[in-house]
Amino acid sequence: MPIPKAKKLEMLRSLLLARRFEEALTELCQIEGKIPGMMILCTGQEAVGAGVCAALQPQDAIISNHRSHSHLLAKGADPKALMAEIFGKRTGCNKGKSGTLHLAVPEVNAPCTTTVVGGGPPIAVGRAFAQQYRQEKAVTVCFIGDGATNEGSFHEALNLASLWALPVIFVCENNLYAGAQRFEEHTRAPNIADRAAGYAMPGVVVDGNDALAVYTSASEARARAVAGEGPTLIEYKTYRWRGHGESDLQLYQPKEEIAAWQATCPIPKLRAEMLAQGLIGAEALQAMESDIAAIVQEAIRFAEESPYPEPHEALEDVFA
Amino acid sequence: MSKLTMVQALNLALRQEMAKDDRVIVLGEDVGRDGGVFRVTEGLIDEFGEERVLDTPLAEAGIVGMSIGMAVNGLRPVCEIQFSGFTYQAFHQIESHAARMRWRTQGRLPVPMVLRAPYGGGVRALEHHSESREVYYAHTPGLKMVIPSGPRNARALLVSAIRDPDPVIFYEPKAVYRAYREEVPEEEETLPLGRSQVAREGGDITLIAYGAMVRPALEAAQRLEEENGVQAEVIDLLTLAPLDDSLFTASARKTGRVLVVHEAPRSFGPGAEIVTRLVEQSFYHLEAPIRRVTGYDIVIPLFAREKSYLPHTQRILKAAREVLETVA
Repeated sequence: MPIPKAKKLEMLRSLLLARRFEEALTELCQIEGKIPGMMILCTGQEAVGAGVCAALQPQDAIISNHRSHSHLLAKGADPKALMAEIFGKRTGCNKGKSGTLHLAVPEVNAPCTTTVVGGGPPIAVGRAFAQQYRQEKAVTVCFIGDGATNEGSFHEALNLASLWALPVIFVCENNLYAGAQRFEEHTRAPNIADRAAGYAMPGVVVDGNDALAVYTSASEARARAVAGEGPTLIEYKTYRWRGHGESDLQLYQPKEEIAAWQATCPIPKLRAEMLAQGLIGAEALQAMESDIAAIVQEAIRFAEESPYPEPHEALEDVFA
Repeated sequence: MSKLTMVQALNLALRQEMAKDDRVIVLGEDVGRDGGVFRVTEGLIDEFGEERVLDTPLAEAGIVGMSIGMAVNGLRPVCEIQFSGFTYQAFHQIESHAARMRWRTQGRLPVPMVLRAPYGGGVRALEHHSESREVYYAHTPGLKMVIPSGPRNARALLVSAIRDPDPVIFYEPKAVYRAYREEVPEEEETLPLGRSQVAREGGDITLIAYGAMVRPALEAAQRLEEENGVQAEVIDLLTLAPLDDSLFTASARKTGRVLVVHEAPRSFGPGAEIVTRLVEQSFYHLEAPIRRVTGYDIVIPLFAREKSYLPHTQRILKAAREVLETVA
């Protein structure tokens, strides 16, 4: 199936927005006290969020993890509300309660982002059960990293989803590191996707830096899911350019390795292809880039000018 | 009205709520064809089908995590964990997700789910099968912790828990499951969560208990009347969190003498919070130091001789008499 032009444009835009959004965060983190708390970025991995979310419909849901910015932006979350939340402001999507780690945007069907590694898969399975129960043509995507696949609840969730043929897509972004531990140091199997065989579901390995390949594989998994054929585990091979968090000195990541992966950056790849195929002109591309720069700039201005929550607001919404 | 055991009363609550609301889903290990370890879910699968009564694999974190996912997507799951000691396998889902989602999302993502689990001693089961560790959940902001004491209030509280917009941990005293029968009306009955009840009125001493400890507390009160001519008031908490302290503080102000009874281990147990509130709110009315009759700070020991561990009528009586004899 050829990928429609509009989808390619959507993916390019998602890639550029996520990258610009996080580059700005990297810069802001250098300014002492600007952003309280912690910062976890997905720079270099944006093709997974962009490609997967382009393959989804608005009624589809995503359950995300601590490295969530590209997922949420690609699903349509408001950059202003995300930025303000990351700043800890009361205009943030969670009124300053979650920061970057638990961003929740129910309006775009991104109800749960969890930093508890491996916590998301069972929740995604339950959410998908409700979709199946109501006979909706919809899926739930669960984003996890390679580290999460060693958590017990990941395995419980795969078994449950397979058992009842639930419409879930388990999306594993294998960025080669779980904390400071290299993939080979925490997993003997050459591919995480191999684990799918143990749950009688398809497991596929895809280049996670190729947005179009991501889109195609996610579209296939979605088609299977809504047809009642059950879940899929997709492993996207990619790489984390930054450390686990911004305070990570990355002493365990060889500089040559980072450079080699940066050479496979998903953005120039898609951009060059679209320019070559005439799917976007140089001028239109420039307009898209400046539009995105303005959106991010506006998000930062909004976040900076917004008030912090009042201490008493922390006491609200414990119970109905 | 018919006379039901607590097991039958809970089954009635589930059956009626499932009939009334097709969002209610029951899931857990052997809750379907087998009807649950203690038969609380017996017959539900025949009436409501496999789509609504799910026999899950052995996967506590998966069961609770799925329930959360169902709850945030419009369903009303009631999951069963076979014994409360196995909820620890799902602790991260309960604590990190069920309890926090409403708060994190300013109420946009409530988690209307019920986790049912039998707790406590009384059937001489080993370790995890007999524990009373309800404080883990009572201590966790965002969770409601409900523990009925008899068939009728168990039914009414479970109905309320299913309809409640927040996650409810519902511990069922297995010692009471089939211990006695009570009139339970066929027509709908609810009890508000977060409210305690006066189980017996009296003006001389206050006994505070919940769950399986309410019966021995009532028996002790009866004997105090018969043998000492003393009127004990018994407060049944029914919900541990959020804790209703209005009745027991009022009672303490009236009697000046208080005894707290729980099966849970003593240190940092429910009694610690109850006594603190009494000290904060009724200190000047107290005529004797408050006493606690509790489990010990150990793993459930000597299953064959569990009566030596569990608080029982005799221990409650002895402690109550000591409180009564103290002259301020």
